[in-house]
Amino acid sequence: MSDNTEILPGLAEIVEEVAGVPAADVTGDKSFTDDLDIDSLSMVEIAVQAEDKFGVKIPDDELANLKTVQDAVDYIQRNK
Amino acid sequence: MSVTLNTATGRQGSKVVGLGHYRPERVVSNDELAKTIDTNDEWIRTRVGIAERHFAAPDETVEQMGAKAGEQAIADAGLRPSDIDTVMVATCTLPAQIRQASTKVASLLGIVSPGSFDINAACAGFCYGLANANSLIRSGEAGTVLLVGAEKLTDWVDPTDRANAIIFADGAGAAVITGSDTAEVGPVVWGSEIEHTETIGTTVPERKIYQEGQTVFRWATTKIPQLALDAVAKSGVQLSDIDVLVPHQANLRIVDAIARRLRAEGAREDLRVADDIVTTGNTSSASVPIALDRMRKAGTARSGDLVLAVGFGAGLTYAGQVFRCP
Repeated sequence: MSDNTEILPGLAEIVEEVAGVPAADVTGDKSFTDDLDIDSLSMVEIAVQAEDKFGVKIPDDELANLKTVQDAVDYIQRNK
Repeated sequence: MSVTLNTATGRQGSKVVGLGHYRPERVVSNDELAKTIDTNDEWIRTRVGIAERHFAAPDETVEQMGAKAGEQAIADAGLRPSDIDTVMVATCTLPAQIRQASTKVASLLGIVSPGSFDINAACAGFCYGLANANSLIRSGEAGTVLLVGAEKLTDWVDPTDRANAIIFADGAGAAVITGSDTAEVGPVVWGSEIEHTETIGTTVPERKIYQEGQTVFRWATTKIPQLALDAVAKSGVQLSDIDVLVPHQANLRIVDAIARRLRAEGAREDLRVADDIVTTGNTSSASVPIALDRMRKAGTARSGDLVLAVGFGAGLTYAGQVFRCP
């Protein structure tokens, strides 16, 4: 299990800014599409901001694999 | 004994002196599209920002639409067709490869034997055309240019393709550009993205548009704001001097992203931003002149305003410049 104490709050902040979902609702078990109602273009915007914030590269073909918030946190942790 | 050639004598600058646009009569709502495609009004509005668009009649051509926009632009400039010496049409949707729109437009308007050529820089076509018009006038190769952006994208869209059929539409916009003692059209910033040559194109052999939506969206929202900033810097004005922003109308979310970034960089809060895609759809090279002319007619763009235009699309290719609104 990766240490997500810093990544999750930062990612939640981005999701709130891009998609208007309250940061408190952005928890590890949530699916971006099904639970948070985030569409594919918003995912791109979230990825671009996450790249800046965490210094990672999140290519478009990788985005499709990030189903849940935890998937994204783990990906950022692994690739930082 | 060697001989030297003459060079043309140019002008200090150029200016846009007239604008016109044409949108086909038939208005197609999201609800109408939803009758044949698995989509709905709310989905289209939130994903791309379009409420309705215009489709050309089956027998209506790129050139006919272009001529209607061109006629308005010439009249708006207070000129006659005989005052035009060069006609340029930006288009990527002619139905045949060996066919030339600009001479046909000239013919429809009664412009006798102008220099005439087409430009295909896809959705960046109008901005590329304006750069060419500016350069031709400044070098003295052209005196007064009619620049048209005209597209019949519905010929190139699979009506059952839910990703693209909701976006693309038909129409034409035009501008007349002539010589000026001062520069009223700034230098262009243009370029292309050689690692993305396949992200937008047409399928073979169906000849229908495809695009890698996420890749293009990411590129447009990250790259185009910088293009806009560079165009402003190259013009020697401040971002806060810009009154009107006219990005190519590809997707309202891209327009919003560009505007948000420019405001964060110092553009004014009261910067007026074209959102013409809402009722016009994406008309490729026609979108910038249609949007600006409609803003002018609505009073949201006024004579003397500094306009920042950015075009971007298939190639991928892009261009932007600052010019004064006629």
